[in-house]
Amino acid sequence: MAITFDRALGIHQHALQARVQRAEILANNLANADTPGFKARDVDFQAMMQKAQDSLSGISMEKTHAGHMDTAAGGGDSDLLYRVPDQPSVDGNTVDAQAEQTRFMRNAMDYQASFQFLNSKFTGLTKALKGE
Amino acid sequence: MSLGNIFDIAGSGMTAQSLRLNTTASNIANAETASSSTDTTYRARKPVFSAIQQSMMNPGQQGFGVQAGEDAGAGVRVEGIVESDAELQMRYEPHHPAANEDGYVFYPNVNVVEEMADMMSSSRSFQMNVDIMNTAKSMMQRILTLGQQ
Repeated sequence: MAITFDRALGIHQHALQARVQRAEILANNLANADTPGFKARDVDFQAMMQKAQDSLSGISMEKTHAGHMDTAAGGGDSDLLYRVPDQPSVDGNTVDAQAEQTRFMRNAMDYQASFQFLNSKFTGLTKALKGE
Repeated sequence: MSLGNIFDIAGSGMTAQSLRLNTTASNIANAETASSSTDTTYRARKPVFSAIQQSMMNPGQQGFGVQAGEDAGAGVRVEGIVESDAELQMRYEPHHPAANEDGYVFYPNVNVVEEMADMMSSSRSFQMNVDIMNTAKSMMQRILTLGQQ
């Protein structure tokens, strides 16, 4: 049985990539905290992970026609969603700076967790290769 | 889609907020600049912010997660600086060197209280962007240690 990185690393590489993407979107929300009419955005992280999981386990839609859309491209495509604001603001901006910053920090922590998982996968692989 | 983009985004936020702080400083400094006519009087200046869409920065480049046509956005930009068209203050000061023939001088339409509130808001937003940049930096430093013993 061949060892492939895809198989060895599992979901964690996708999780790390998704965390980076979410960090970028949240950073953009915060940079636009004072932009009139800006609508805060976010991704559905669970849906992204679900799609990545499906593409890993091989359960995905089969394409039998050229016009069929790719359902599992890239491991976890997800739509960018708009956040529902807690309270309306006069200038149409829906960014709640405090809440966004909390999410950003939490996302950074989750990123560290994913990183730890991925790192320990590599450590395990190295150990197996060395045979010590 | 990479951590490097976060630096651009937070950087654009910091640029925009420091420009806003600049206009506030200019407004407060000129709050008492009297003039003899409405045309030459200083008017409060305000920056206009707008969100940058990713497609304008690098068209056709779509990464993991976001579908083509979707836009994650790429920071904030200052569209321009507008002068407030609020009414100027007209004061009767016949002994002022800039008084017109009726004895009136015109003072700028700067609301100092509003400017101070703006100043606090922009310095807090600036701090927030610095925080974001620091976090992105530590995330990037971590990824560089991937696979190390």
